[in-house]
Amino acid sequence: MKKLSARRRHPLAALVVLLVALTAIGGLYAALAPAPKAQADDSSQSLAIEEGKKLYTVGCSSCHGTSGQGGSDGPSLVGVGSAAVDFQVGTGRMPAQQPGAQVPRKKVIYTQKQIDQLAAYIASLGPGPVTPTEEQYDPAGANAARGGELFRTNCAQCHNYQGKGGALTNGKYAPTLEGVSNKHLYEAMLTGPQNMPSFPDATMPEENKREIIAYLDAVNGEGAPSPGGMSLGSLGPVTEGLFGWIFGLGALIACAIWLAAHTTKAKKS
Amino acid sequence: MSTNTSASAKPRGKAPAGERVADWADGRLGIYSLGKANLRKIFPDHWSFMLGEIALYSFIIIILTGVYLTLFFHPAMNEVVYDGSYAPLQGIKMSEAYASTLHISFDVRGGLLVRQIHHWAAIVFVAAMLVHMMRVFFTGAFRKPREINWVFGFLLLFLGMFDGFMGYSLPDDLLSGTGIRFMEGAVLSVPIVGTYLSFFLFGGEFPGAEVVPRFFTIHVLLIPGIMAGLLVAHLILIVYHKHTQWAGPGKSEKNVVGMPFFPVYTAKAGGFFFVVFGVIAAMSALVSVNPVWAYGPYRPDQVSTDAQPDWYMGFSEGLIRIMPGWEINFAGHTLVLGVFIPLVIFPLVLGFMGVYPFLESWVTGDKREHHLLDRPRNRPVRTGIGAAWISLYLILLVGGGNDLFATRFHLSINAITWVVRISFFVLPVLVFFITKRICLGLQRRDRDKVLHGRETGIIKRLPHGEFIEIHEPLEQGALFKLTQHEQPKPLEVGPEVDENGVEKKVGPTAKLRAKLSRGYYGEGTQIDKPTVEEYEEITSGHGHH
Repeated sequence: MKKLSARRRHPLAALVVLLVALTAIGGLYAALAPAPKAQADDSSQSLAIEEGKKLYTVGCSSCHGTSGQGGSDGPSLVGVGSAAVDFQVGTGRMPAQQPGAQVPRKKVIYTQKQIDQLAAYIASLGPGPVTPTEEQYDPAGANAARGGELFRTNCAQCHNYQGKGGALTNGKYAPTLEGVSNKHLYEAMLTGPQNMPSFPDATMPEENKREIIAYLDAVNGEGAPSPGGMSLGSLGPVTEGLFGWIFGLGALIACAIWLAAHTTKAKKS
Repeated sequence: MSTNTSASAKPRGKAPAGERVADWADGRLGIYSLGKANLRKIFPDHWSFMLGEIALYSFIIIILTGVYLTLFFHPAMNEVVYDGSYAPLQGIKMSEAYASTLHISFDVRGGLLVRQIHHWAAIVFVAAMLVHMMRVFFTGAFRKPREINWVFGFLLLFLGMFDGFMGYSLPDDLLSGTGIRFMEGAVLSVPIVGTYLSFFLFGGEFPGAEVVPRFFTIHVLLIPGIMAGLLVAHLILIVYHKHTQWAGPGKSEKNVVGMPFFPVYTAKAGGFFFVVFGVIAAMSALVSVNPVWAYGPYRPDQVSTDAQPDWYMGFSEGLIRIMPGWEINFAGHTLVLGVFIPLVIFPLVLGFMGVYPFLESWVTGDKREHHLLDRPRNRPVRTGIGAAWISLYLILLVGGGNDLFATRFHLSINAITWVVRISFFVLPVLVFFITKRICLGLQRRDRDKVLHGRETGIIKRLPHGEFIEIHEPLEQGALFKLTQHEQPKPLEVGPEVDENGVEKKVGPTAKLRAKLSRGYYGEGTQIDKPTVEEYEEITSGHGHH
């Protein structure tokens, strides 16, 4: 203490104090300050928005309007957020091929970089659900059994008990969840695309979404086991009945015909 | 080598062991006279006569596998937390019935295979019964003296359907619970007594804790017991009536031409049992059925799409799905017609088949015995009615699976429902007339074949340049087969006044009966088969094909 106090009048003391204070304040600010939501000033972000706007004008504006305000052919995109764009464009649903009961999943025509640019532009129109990061939708360690319970309560009535999809009214449908990436599953729950209700974090916390994804991975993911043998599409008793009639009874009737044709005969006719 | 000589030089007086055992049994059971009377019983040979066997053997398979399943199944609805080997359900609360079904599926050796054999055999069993019934229907094998046996068979089908329903309801999974809920809704829709019936059935509010144990007793004890009794009666009556046969040379109403039960049919039927078992076991080993683990445990607040019953209950699902949701309020009571009307139509669709033999014999006035089968084409109205019934059944199955037709064929479920609604009324009528026309066309073809012979495909050029196709006359046996059937006349009411000029009283029932009879056998229902004179006239005219 004595040493420090002895040097307090050193010519460089003020400079040292200033440096210490600045470091402390800077460090505290970096640690405690809220992360900026809108990074309009970030140069790479503003570049992405600019590129996104160009892509938007070419691919989307004919239905959604020149600045995302919507029109008779497409809804307003103000406030849908980047997650909705990432889902709709990332699964090939958008740009839509034709109007209809529902826009189907198809070949993705944009690269992920372009999708991100589009998403950045749409996100700049108004705040909305943000594209999730990997740890948000990563099912590792999540409770799949609990996810199954949540899935049966919230999803199975449209998507079937194993996520194989189902019919809705007037040609609309809940699509199969087979082969849908974990990120897109998460985004669909978050944004509620097309006829699906949305499950924002307020009604279904992030943890629950991860559990549902874990359940789907366990029963419907790549290499998920089908303990009973061929699953017949996991579509319930209808396909089982069809199979039983055609292959079960069909095979047995074929055997009966064969047996009746090969009989002992007193004399061959 | 010495044993051979000693065998031939056996001391006389002591019968072989087999004979002694048989003698012993005969002295106590009378097997000799029983065997003498029945072992040489003659059965005719035709593949369609083996459809009933498929049903019989799958029933036996169901009983055998069912016994194995009862060793491990706990029909209890107390709540347990699952900790078995199926990871996606670990830690989930469920009923003991469901947990024990999972235990059978994943932790009992051979349990899943036996479960799947049991379920696939049930699906095949009911299908085989239906096809067997259709065979009997279209060939007229239900006519006197076999009406009672038809009713026994019908009851077997009816009970088989409900036992199947009870069976797949037992595991208490989400799908079966939804099925029971459906049934509860149907029971509740019954006016006045519906609520009481439901409370009686479930021992209080749905689902309660009673339904699985009760269904279990009905499924494994009550219905199979009745079915086994009916089955034995069904088989005894087959032996008593003797089997029907197709008409042909040497076959008449008074004989049966075929092979003896022993040894031919004991071998064939025994072998066929193993064929049936093999096919069902192969199906069960390869293909999943009723994956209860995928459905999850039943909870009244959950439901999954693709919640259909097994196929044999599918037409009831169709009736419900196509019915508009009508509801009326009467004196403070709600009458749910949208559910109650299907509940009424359901037994009518089935019951029509059950009483058909009595209906037909009343309409046609035919009280004679029949042992020769009808060719379906020679009874166009009956064949038309059968085809119409099948079309109704099938269109209701489509209605029951409307969501799958919508997703698989990219159609609107509403459009499918409307198509089924309209088809429910229109399709059977259309199918009836089309089938009748096809039958008449086939009768015309038979007539042509008898009179003009078979088309050989050989073209002959006559000296003056005309080309003709050579027709080859049929052999005698084939001619007999095509012309042996009788062509009945419709019932007539008779003259309105008798010979004394007194007006005869003809009730409306008699008039209706005569009208229906004309519909069965009157004008336009059959093509006159060729007479002997026609045949001789045409075959004697040389040079003309």
